[in-house]
Amino acid sequence: MTGDLIFILLALLTLVPAVWVVLSRNLVHAGFALLFTLLGAAGLYASMAADFLAVTQLMVYIGGVLVLVLFTVMMTHVPRGRENHGLDRYVPAAVFALLVFGVLYKTITAVHWHAVTPEAEPTIARIGTKVMTDYIFPFEYVSLVLLAAMIGAALLTREYRPTDTEDAPSDAGEDAEVAS
Amino acid sequence: MEILTSWLQGLPGFGGMSDQGLFITGAVIMATLMFTVMALCAIVFTWMERKVAGFIQSRYGPMRTGRWHGWAQAIADMLKILGKEDIIPAEADKGLFVFAPLLVLLGSLLAWAAVPWAPGFTAADLDLGLFYIFAASSMVVIGILMAGWSSNNKWALYGAARGAAQMVSYEIPLALATIPVILHTGSLNTQDIVIAQQGGIWHWFVLRDPFLFVAFWMYFIASIAETNRGPFDMPETESELVAGYHTEYTGMRFAFFFLAEYANLFLVSLIAVMVFLGGWWSPIPGLDFAPALTFVIKGVLMVFLNMWVRWTLPRVRVDQLMYLCWKVMIPVTLLCIVGSGILMITSGAAG
Repeated sequence: MTGDLIFILLALLTLVPAVWVVLSRNLVHAGFALLFTLLGAAGLYASMAADFLAVTQLMVYIGGVLVLVLFTVMMTHVPRGRENHGLDRYVPAAVFALLVFGVLYKTITAVHWHAVTPEAEPTIARIGTKVMTDYIFPFEYVSLVLLAAMIGAALLTREYRPTDTEDAPSDAGEDAEVAS
Repeated sequence: MEILTSWLQGLPGFGGMSDQGLFITGAVIMATLMFTVMALCAIVFTWMERKVAGFIQSRYGPMRTGRWHGWAQAIADMLKILGKEDIIPAEADKGLFVFAPLLVLLGSLLAWAAVPWAPGFTAADLDLGLFYIFAASSMVVIGILMAGWSSNNKWALYGAARGAAQMVSYEIPLALATIPVILHTGSLNTQDIVIAQQGGIWHWFVLRDPFLFVAFWMYFIASIAETNRGPFDMPETESELVAGYHTEYTGMRFAFFFLAEYANLFLVSLIAVMVFLGGWWSPIPGLDFAPALTFVIKGVLMVFLNMWVRWTLPRVRVDQLMYLCWKVMIPVTLLCIVGSGILMITSGAAG
């Protein structure tokens, strides 16, 4: 009974701001509403005894992703009344949303769900052992992908500086001219 | 928490209560207690900060209120701030403006839940304790961004953007610096981390090996930046940004930011004590008769160290701040993790 009540409250905390995120005309409000959706999702994880997942959700999504989203939204502020409401925006969005919904629906119905009584025992020790033994290859693979993404991001934000090999002859030429 | 609920069960009138009822009552009492401690520490530390600043700058600081060294100054200030007019700027985003101080306070209050005050006495004895503290305090960043944006004021927005950038960056060395300790304890539980340091000052993690010593100072520097205090108080630079993200706030709402700032200061100091300085253990083995008191005294000493740094060093520039974080502190803390691990393996401490 109390479990159901907690689930309903957390689900509302996740869904109501989610609707707000979609419908809000103010992008910054949408960004801040996302905070509650992410908090609600963390709460749902915690209520299913997935404590590590819940705290990671807080750390990664609220501490990292949401801050980035907010920064981006604040930097690209669109003045009110200049939004694009044309059909050319809505139709592709609707098609894409339906596709995603279809995939999610298929996945959810295809999985054979079975209820597991939440154990009070901490999950982190088991996750750690699994990651370091059975799932070591996917773990290292994901690390490599992240490393590549990081290097890519650093490269993109770097100011353009001509490399030494490209520039060396002309530089030398100029220097020679100045010297003469 | 278990201690509290079993104690409640013994009280007349609570015996017939269900487990859930007991848990909720206990949680409400715990939260109230934590909030009271938070408010008290804000009052004590504002007075202490003014006295320390005065001492460092060869003056007295508050001397009149309450006769003895102006001890009642902070209480008088608090009463004054409660009586101030509550102003919401006409062009502000009202909902967010009102909500932001609560979010900042919520972030630090959540993190306080996992502080181990004494053996077995933690508001929420979580297995992920340390990780949870860092995750919960990341909510503060959102609150600061919200405050800065909703004020609709360029100074506030600049302050918020600086604050968020600084806190997101320094969170990384802050968390990385504690990883060598987690390697040693093999647990994220705050109680376990303190218990692993039993047996006098030489068993405290700060003095276990040279890498941990370096990690402690990295943690200390990052914690100053994380609480937005001098020499890293870029979000509040009074000479260029008026007062940063809380420029437009008055009265009670300003008091919330103030409270959260000092609560965070005490929190990072307590984490330093818990992780590196032996928690509630006294420096001499066998003298552990008042664990909670030892823990708080060490915490206050760390706060004093913070204040000492704030009033002694000049403020850094924004680019120096980012340089220090990304190009100095993160590599050094990563080295500490590797070095401490190698020492553990060679000394046979690792299983």
